[in-house]
Amino acid sequence: MDFKTGKELLELCRRESLPISEVMRRRETEEGGLTRAEAENRMQRALEIMRNAAARPIDHPVPSMGGLIGGEAQKLHRHADQGACACGTLLSRAMMYAVAVLETNASMGLIVAAPTAGSAGVVPGVLLALQDEHSLPDGRIVDALFNAGAVGYLAMRNATVAGAVGGCQAEVGVAAAMAASAAVELLGGKPQQCLSAASTVLANMLGLVCDPVGGLVEYPCQIRNASGVANALAAAELALSGVSALIPFDEMLDTMAAVGRRIPPELRETALGGCAAAPSACARCRR
Amino acid sequence: MAFLSVFDVIGPNMIGPSSSHTAGAAVLAFLAQKLIAPPLRSVSFTLHGSFAKTYLGHGTDRALLGGVMGFSTDDVRIRNSLAIAEQRGLTYSFLPSEEEKDVHPNTVDIRMKNEAGKVMEVRGESLGGGKVHISRINGVSVDFTGEYSTVIVVQQDTPGVVAHITKVLSDSGVNIAFMRLYRESKGRTAYTIVESDGRFPEGIDVPLRENPHVYDVMILEP
Repeated sequence: MDFKTGKELLELCRRESLPISEVMRRRETEEGGLTRAEAENRMQRALEIMRNAAARPIDHPVPSMGGLIGGEAQKLHRHADQGACACGTLLSRAMMYAVAVLETNASMGLIVAAPTAGSAGVVPGVLLALQDEHSLPDGRIVDALFNAGAVGYLAMRNATVAGAVGGCQAEVGVAAAMAASAAVELLGGKPQQCLSAASTVLANMLGLVCDPVGGLVEYPCQIRNASGVANALAAAELALSGVSALIPFDEMLDTMAAVGRRIPPELRETALGGCAAAPSACARCRR
Repeated sequence: MAFLSVFDVIGPNMIGPSSSHTAGAAVLAFLAQKLIAPPLRSVSFTLHGSFAKTYLGHGTDRALLGGVMGFSTDDVRIRNSLAIAEQRGLTYSFLPSEEEKDVHPNTVDIRMKNEAGKVMEVRGESLGGGKVHISRINGVSVDFTGEYSTVIVVQQDTPGVVAHITKVLSDSGVNIAFMRLYRESKGRTAYTIVESDGRFPEGIDVPLRENPHVYDVMILEP
């Protein structure tokens, strides 16, 4: 069972009456040579690493290697405890987990790239917050990770997930598309709605540049992960409400890749433009 | 294109902060140390492009040194690899270089010396997402990724060696996915690199060495 486009994926889901997660799981076992148990165990292990990376900085903040971030997850946690959230508990929690993963990453902790290290907070942020909110068992989150993997695979295969090639829209944008699709399946949406949510995210994050201060995976990467979480949940809500994306996911991937090619090199991970070139950023890096 | 697994997307499991500058660096150094007999006594890393500019903030130095000690991308010992190297008596140095301009932005030259005094130089490039390729061995341009089971035969460039290699492999039931020969110049040292979908049979290097023109055989399993 294999697919090369979102269209083929939806066709397989329809023909076999399967969710996206199960098609992706079968692709892995039938084409990738893993047994079902091996695939399941590896994904369970990924979930464990994600959970640790998202939890530890809340109680044990660590400064990053480059010194630009550290302690943000704890601040979000304390703020949420005061009951004056601007975002509501789900989004606030998802953001907390997302920035925590980026803290773990920036202090040389163990994370799961999803699809990259710089965007590694979005998928666990959304999924772990949904798990808390709806008291979901791990098995459902593992399913959701296979769903997210299907969206990320299509982006990797047919577009790009490298900031140096496509900008941040290809990293945090794709991560948020993955998370949105996974959230839709987790909340009972149909395969079509999953890819609709993914398409919406790519449209909303289209053109976002990659401009890491000092060339490091810290700022604005960490806060972009928080915004990626918000984008993912907004797109999932739209799709679950029946607001479907005008542009199919495959076309949106092509569009994202085409826009990425037009982003000048200064704004693609080279730290020569955007936030990286702002005077205050330059001053911080010289210290 | 090699099969893109769900774990290439939800993965790799890695020590942060960067899949290209940290995980990729660890993978490159891990592959490099497979090409020389242990134990290593000294290693120097010459860093080019973006590696040269941002290696400290990305922990590229610790990842490279961890990789050369055999640590995988998700091994937390990477964080303390400088101290671990000192404990093991492995001397190391990092040399940022701006001399070569037309290299891939994330390129490293790894020069290793083992206890027997043998020296091996490997150049590798980190392509993003933890993907890498080795582009040079001891000055000879090569191209492989370590994603497949790989045999590297160091040999004299002379007739019959490739026939010997393919015969040994076919006698052992190995299905060759890719095979290429790279050489310094005609008649000098050559590298035959064979990639296969499945693992090579245990001890396949023994018959491969049974040819007077074969100098060395190295096997990398993913």
